[in-house]
Amino acid sequence: MKRTPLYAAHQALGARFVDFGGWEMPVQYTGIIEEHQAVRQRVGLFDVSHMGEIELRGPRAIAVCQELTVNDLNRLRDGQAQYSLLCRPSGGVVDDIMVHRLSSERVLLCVNAGNIEKDFAWILEHRDGAEAINRSDEFGLLALQGPQATAVLRTVTSLSLDEIPPFAFADGQVAGRSVLAAHTGYTGEDGWEMYCRPQDAVMLWDTLLEAGAPVGIKPAGLGARDTLRLERALPLYGHELTDETTPLEAGLSWVVRFDKGSFIGRGALQRQRAAGVSRRLVGVVLTEPGIARQGYGIIGGGEVVGQITSGTKSPTLGKAIGLGYVASAWQKVGTTLSIDIRGRAIAAEVVQLPFYRR
Amino acid sequence: MEFPEDYKYSKEHEWVLVEGTVATVGITDYAQDQLGDIVFVELPAIGDKVSKEDAFGVVESVKAVSDIYAPVSGKVLEVNDDLPENPEMLNEDAYGDGWIIKIEMSDPDELADLMNAAEYEEYVAEEKE
Repeated sequence: MKRTPLYAAHQALGARFVDFGGWEMPVQYTGIIEEHQAVRQRVGLFDVSHMGEIELRGPRAIAVCQELTVNDLNRLRDGQAQYSLLCRPSGGVVDDIMVHRLSSERVLLCVNAGNIEKDFAWILEHRDGAEAINRSDEFGLLALQGPQATAVLRTVTSLSLDEIPPFAFADGQVAGRSVLAAHTGYTGEDGWEMYCRPQDAVMLWDTLLEAGAPVGIKPAGLGARDTLRLERALPLYGHELTDETTPLEAGLSWVVRFDKGSFIGRGALQRQRAAGVSRRLVGVVLTEPGIARQGYGIIGGGEVVGQITSGTKSPTLGKAIGLGYVASAWQKVGTTLSIDIRGRAIAAEVVQLPFYRR
Repeated sequence: MEFPEDYKYSKEHEWVLVEGTVATVGITDYAQDQLGDIVFVELPAIGDKVSKEDAFGVVESVKAVSDIYAPVSGKVLEVNDDLPENPEMLNEDAYGDGWIIKIEMSDPDELADLMNAAEYEEYVAEEKE
């Protein structure tokens, strides 16, 4: 299994590890709920160095990225980032990614760890005159997230953080090391994601934990990352998104910019938009005791009408929440469904997403 | 990690405390630590029959679902009604307030198959490796 440059630091903090997309990653340090609350109420620090970075370079970089992704790069200036998707001609999702426009000839894509090779092969196949480079081994990535994240980062950086709005990024120094600091995250809180050289990751990690100590920073693992993103209804590849699900089914039609012109998957997605989707991702809250988990059947009118893709007990709301696909007839907010939990039908209600918004 | 002397232990990480023919059953300190924050418990009904090594209930942590196995056979005499509302008691006091059920044993000889504290401590040490 692969390890990030911070593996020893996690061990020293007493982390429990889990296999995530071929990486041995910390799932928790002191406890998922405690780490979750630290991020919601104060600030948490995540090692997400397992994520991949792929760069498109050259005069064709922007045009090729426009063709490869469903969002519109013309909406980005240098130093801005956007959430986007790589789709297949079928409309199925290859991966969900962050697109960073470094310059008119350089685009940096941050991709899911488990998809690095698949994405890179896909991008090479469609690079069409642009240079494509898998730079995943060149970066460590730390995510500082929570209402105190900006205040903590401010104490250890020369960057003018107020000049970097959400979804923008800048090169600068943190703890005396060069980083690309992006005002982005995956927790539903304010926060920063810092791309650094692998050999600087430990120094940055230690410095940020020290800088955050006065406000009660916690190192946070993938367990808390999952409950945080689920409360904010942010999709996770392999759960809500797969090669067989489309952005329209996943409730991500806001990401798909049909007005930008050509892109891979456009035809299929336009046809699906016109015809209407036959299934839709919804959020459910259980109204009887139980917890919905990935793979559990969703029942409507006595029939199986869908399946849960992610579920947990929400630490913030204290309720069992889940995301799942249901046949379109059952997607309306307020609809009563039930979840097949070990053979018992447990009542649930379709609710407005996200479950939590700051 | 605690391994109280007067308890008996199963390979599935349940503990048993015996008083006459009644066995109080819970999960061990090691089990709760491995599970992490426990957020849901599913219990049997009073009067249900349970069989040694069969699942009689479920504990769920934030991330995972795990069965609880009966260390001995018998009939459910009592269940810990406080657990569904306060599943975190399993983390906070696994050997005390976090008890799960009491079983009227049908075959107390089965107790001989369980481990004592020293044996269980060694069993856990091996499992950790």
